[in-house]
Amino acid sequence: MLIKRIIKSGFINFKRNGLISWASVIITTITLSVIVSIILLQAVVISSLTQIKDKVDVTIYFNVGASEDKIMALKSGIESLPEVESVSYTSAGDALDIFRARHEKDYPTIQALDEIGTNPLGGYLNIKAKEVSQYETIANFLKSDSTISTGAASIIDKVNYYQNKLVIDRLNAIIAGGQRIGFLVTLILIIISIIITFNTIRLKIFFSKEEIGVMRLVGASKMRVRGPFMIEGAIYGIVATAVTLLLFLPVTIWLGHNMTDFLGINLYHYYFSHLYTIFIVVLLSGVFLGMVSSLLAVRRYLNK
Amino acid sequence: MIYFNNVSKVYDKDSVALDKVTLTVTEGEFVSIVGHSGAGKTTLVKMILAEAAPTEGTVFFESVDIHKLKSTDLTNLRRRIGVVFQDFKLLSNKTAYENIAFAMEAVGKTDEEIAGDVPHVLELVDLGQKSNHFPHEMSGGEKQRLSIARAIINQPEIIIADEPTGNLDPVNAYEIIQILKKINDLGTTVILTTHNKGILESVKKRVITMENGKVVRDDKEGKYTI
Repeated sequence: MLIKRIIKSGFINFKRNGLISWASVIITTITLSVIVSIILLQAVVISSLTQIKDKVDVTIYFNVGASEDKIMALKSGIESLPEVESVSYTSAGDALDIFRARHEKDYPTIQALDEIGTNPLGGYLNIKAKEVSQYETIANFLKSDSTISTGAASIIDKVNYYQNKLVIDRLNAIIAGGQRIGFLVTLILIIISIIITFNTIRLKIFFSKEEIGVMRLVGASKMRVRGPFMIEGAIYGIVATAVTLLLFLPVTIWLGHNMTDFLGINLYHYYFSHLYTIFIVVLLSGVFLGMVSSLLAVRRYLNK
Repeated sequence: MIYFNNVSKVYDKDSVALDKVTLTVTEGEFVSIVGHSGAGKTTLVKMILAEAAPTEGTVFFESVDIHKLKSTDLTNLRRRIGVVFQDFKLLSNKTAYENIAFAMEAVGKTDEEIAGDVPHVLELVDLGQKSNHFPHEMSGGEKQRLSIARAIINQPEIIIADEPTGNLDPVNAYEIIQILKKINDLGTTVILTTHNKGILESVKKRVITMENGKVVRDDKEGKYTI
């Protein structure tokens, strides 16, 4: 009976508080919009990082005429490393075909190649690690005693990791730094939004402080006084969730139409394919924020 | 029923609201507490409601020291007291009906009991036609009658009326006092604070006179002598 009355009172208060209720909904909407923006921004960042990571690899070039058996032994050795995502082998013949295709219109080069008569190119292994930071481990494996003892060292012409090391290291630092800064910025933005929402709700409840005292004086329990404010807070969260999700509909449509190339991801598709998750995150954040803000604000006036 | 034992309330050195007050209110009494503004009347009332704690001394409700009660017990005590304030202290976003229903909900009455009793008590204070009105849509007299209706709805053992006529014209003030007298005739203890001379003369009951936080007179059928 008490719960039913509390819920009913919460809805009636929300309706009767009119403009004040809507002001609180607007502020909560701003906070939830920050959260949705951060979710979308993270999608853009993750997609960009994935694309960059995909472009990073390590290639082992073999000497001309290197034995295919030795190459295959090395390949299976590398594949057995837990850090390795994939290893692809391009034979000397394939390498030549690719070279020819790439320089199809570069007549002097093709002519020079024809004059040599033999294939001047060696085969190569292309290695992709699961994480950018793991290329060093793979490079160390190639230098390790066990690899050298298999005779692999004698067939390796060069490993481009050492040429790309600076770029890979810098990329690593950027990714790690970007994630740290992103987390900090996210945290700061969310904290600021929560403080603004909390203070708006606190201000609203401040105007009700005398009524809270009267409710206590007529013998209402703390729960009976606090409950409707918390339900009202939850309603702010629910309404603000609906408003926020609706607001992001045209925004993501526009971004999907106009900014997909620039952002590297279609945010409209992302928004819709993750709508359920976003809805849950935003709803829980909104309801939690509304209820906890109300709870803390009312507590001040509920001392006795 | 209520016993003040050597109670003092000091806000700061220069502001002594109550100075060693000792008095007893017995069951079924109609006690008027009079005095100028700042005499300590409202502080005295606040002590009974545990809205203010004494600096010294104890206040008993029956055998219970009010200021030693835990929050839950205090809530239960307040349910046994009906309060009427000078500024009405109605819940502004609730209708007349809901204001009274709230007091009933607070003590755990069922919806059926609320639906049965609220219209009845509204009729009793002549507000039957105003049950859906909000306080801001009512006159001062109507608000005070609503405040009394809220105070009596749970049949409390004691009604505390703190300057209930302070904001009312003489006709409305007279009506309010008549309602309080009727409530007292039905057996409820009434504590009234006022500085309205005309009211006291119409009540003809015990009068406690306060001055500078002290009880200076306690007359069985008192008059306004300040």
